[in-house]
Amino acid sequence: MSQAKSMTVRSTAKKPDIRRDPRMLFLQLRTLIALFILVVIFSFTAPSFLTTGNLIILVKQLAINAILGIGMTFVILTGGIDLSVGSIVGICGMIAGGLINEGLILPIFGVSIFFNIPIVILLTLLVGMLIGMLNGIVITRFNVTPFIATLGMLYLARGGALLRSNGATFPNLVGLEALGNTGFPLIGTGTILNLPYPIWLMIVFAIIATFVALKTPFGRQVYAVGGNERAAELSGVRVNRVKVYVYMISGFCAAVVGLILTSQLVAAHPATGTNYELNAIAVVVLGGTSLNGGRGTIFGTIVGAFVIGVLNNGMVLIGLSEFVQVAITGFVIILAVVIDQFQQRLQRQLVLQQATSQVVEQAQVKGGAAD
Amino acid sequence: MTTENVIFHAEKVTKVYPGTVALQEVDFNIYPGKVNVLIGENGAGKSTLMKILAGVEYPTSGTLLLDGKPITVRSPRDAARHGIGIIYQELNLYPNLSVSENIFMAHELVTAVGTIRESEQQRITRELLERLELDVEPKTLVGDLRIGQQQIIEIAKALAQNVRILIMDEPTSALSNTEVEVLFRIIRELKAQNVSIVYISHKLDELLQIGDYFTVLRDGLLVAEAPASAVSLNWIVEKMVGRRPEALFHRSEHAATRDLLRVDNLSLPRSGGGLIVDHVSFSVRSGEILGIYGLMGAGRTELLESLIGLHPEASGSIWLDGTALTNRDDIRTRIRKGLALIPEDRQLRGLVQKQSVAHNITLASLSRFLNRFYLSSGKERSGVDQEVGELRIKVSDVANLVTSLSGGNQQKVVVGKSLLTEPKVLMMDEPTRGIDVAAKGEIFEIMNQLALKGLAVVFVTSELKEVLAMADRVLVMAKGCITAEFNRSELSQEAIVAASVRTLEEVSA
Repeated sequence: MSQAKSMTVRSTAKKPDIRRDPRMLFLQLRTLIALFILVVIFSFTAPSFLTTGNLIILVKQLAINAILGIGMTFVILTGGIDLSVGSIVGICGMIAGGLINEGLILPIFGVSIFFNIPIVILLTLLVGMLIGMLNGIVITRFNVTPFIATLGMLYLARGGALLRSNGATFPNLVGLEALGNTGFPLIGTGTILNLPYPIWLMIVFAIIATFVALKTPFGRQVYAVGGNERAAELSGVRVNRVKVYVYMISGFCAAVVGLILTSQLVAAHPATGTNYELNAIAVVVLGGTSLNGGRGTIFGTIVGAFVIGVLNNGMVLIGLSEFVQVAITGFVIILAVVIDQFQQRLQRQLVLQQATSQVVEQAQVKGGAAD
Repeated sequence: MTTENVIFHAEKVTKVYPGTVALQEVDFNIYPGKVNVLIGENGAGKSTLMKILAGVEYPTSGTLLLDGKPITVRSPRDAARHGIGIIYQELNLYPNLSVSENIFMAHELVTAVGTIRESEQQRITRELLERLELDVEPKTLVGDLRIGQQQIIEIAKALAQNVRILIMDEPTSALSNTEVEVLFRIIRELKAQNVSIVYISHKLDELLQIGDYFTVLRDGLLVAEAPASAVSLNWIVEKMVGRRPEALFHRSEHAATRDLLRVDNLSLPRSGGGLIVDHVSFSVRSGEILGIYGLMGAGRTELLESLIGLHPEASGSIWLDGTALTNRDDIRTRIRKGLALIPEDRQLRGLVQKQSVAHNITLASLSRFLNRFYLSSGKERSGVDQEVGELRIKVSDVANLVTSLSGGNQQKVVVGKSLLTEPKVLMMDEPTRGIDVAAKGEIFEIMNQLALKGLAVVFVTSELKEVLAMADRVLVMAKGCITAEFNRSELSQEAIVAASVRTLEEVSA
């Protein structure tokens, strides 16, 4: 026994920790390093980049992608995808706008009920979660792949948004004093300590989401479902329930973004949020989350959102054409995944090397003992 | 060793996988026009050697000689070019395509402009099928054929590429007795046509019937090679198991008390019709180790899976420590109530490979480590330390990926995960598959300790010496039914094997 112990100790001392291998460390921190480099480059090339005003606008804009990305991270961690978030943003904006300008119309009684703003917000968030729940149920109960289920919902929810007003915009969402529903524009424009609400929302959501992912049974189960669904199932994880929950989280985040955008514009337009699902997926992937599920972090997603945000903002400031911007963004996303694959391969190689050297060493010890 | 009459010779082949040496300096001969039998227990290195021959794996060191000349086989395509074909236990056919399309998959006969020469393919297919005496139209979809017929299509596929060496891995595991007869006749004909066969099987009686040369692997080493004339059943068993199998396990006497698990008329329908678990009834007592022996496909795995709740469509009654389980009880509920399953396929169903050792161990019992609503690192850590210590899991840091451990230690992680749920009944499906001898001994010691603590341990195995050494009581399963039950005092190798190949009709007759 003591002999075995001393052997283990010796071999541990010998082998280098893979996670501390400098190459791995560099690759793992690549997105942060890229962000840092971008910030340095733009501070020199665009004089207005590092001004407080610009930075606040920058972060306020990227908060949209970050919040959507947080919800999307949970979905992607389970090995799924949610293509419907952009449409949920749209339909939730329309629902909030409609509730403020028209109220809840009850045709039987010929009246409309107007709610105060907190109730409007609550109802909108509920709708977002409900749509997410529908996604989850279609995926788990009816065995539709997440790609198809949420692609269908992308059209369905957008159709719903357009139908809500026959394609028209709900303008001027300031409410009426008499109806007690004023104050909606505050979500998009209000500030605490000079920082706009959307930034605070992003910060709070990021902290809660990180906590949920790392410190709750649900978070652990999300990783397990994405890592090996069958093993999770046999360990007593209710896989279907976990999946429904992640789509509800994603729907919730999309509803929040719908509220922010509608509030900022003080108007609800049915096409709001078009293509936002692609931005959300991009920041998640850029943040190092594997589309196969089981690997990734909320922090990575936030960093990913910052990279895209800084890149877009900086490119505008240095006067690059919009077309070049779009192409560069695409290039960065592909590059990120290529580097991620490279990191995975290096990690596998290092693990293999370590394990092989261990085994060979043991075989030699065994052989030596036999001699 | 003379190599004149050897068509293929593997010289000092070594294969190292992370965590284990699968083959160590193995010399393997294939004699032309003979059936070369490869025997060994699970994990002895048979499948690794076979994969190296077939180009699926590449040896860490060593050389392969075909007709005395060294060859490199880096892909199945290379192997095919050298005339080496392989038929896997799991058939690799496309059920949605026709027989002739399957046979010529990736080797289609094409015209000058690149279109497939359909009628030529069908003509050759018809010839091949005639040679194999299979009366099937080349246009038939493979999915419409019986398993036995599909097996013959696999052989035809190999023959279509003019194989000189044909490797067959457990070719009879899914075949009926008549189909086995047909297969053996085909093998004899192939021998007459100077095709060399490498034949791998667990069914010793079959091997003695068909084999010409026998090679035995044990723990990655070649232990013996002999012609059929020098081989007997005893010889095979002795070489496979080693001289003193019982020395591995130190079995304690268990005092079995009350019934912890009682199963009554449990049945599970098979997807293609019929029952894969056929009205199974048994019980296990506290402190008892119950072995379930049977060949692959006997329904053992499905039995355990039904008990843990993986198949809600299963019928029958289950009592756990006196209370009945219903079909509404899902896996989580059953685990809470005291059932645990250690699955057969560790990689597929046991581990979350992308997670650390610690997170794998706590996955099934996360609610135990809560502070209000969040996970307490301290509580989790002590749970992990408890299992790592108790099961002696060799790991330098529990935050390392679980895949960095050796097979035996990975298995202990799965065991630790189950034990943290504090089960009353622990079900283990082939608990020693793919782990080395020392780890096997440790797993058995763990089972022993658990039984002494009053758990009921149910383990499924296809290795005779394991049931003989470990079980207080043995159930034998064949074709979904329990065909025999033995107490420890009445255990005998012959009786168990006999029961594992008969059907229930034969039992009652």
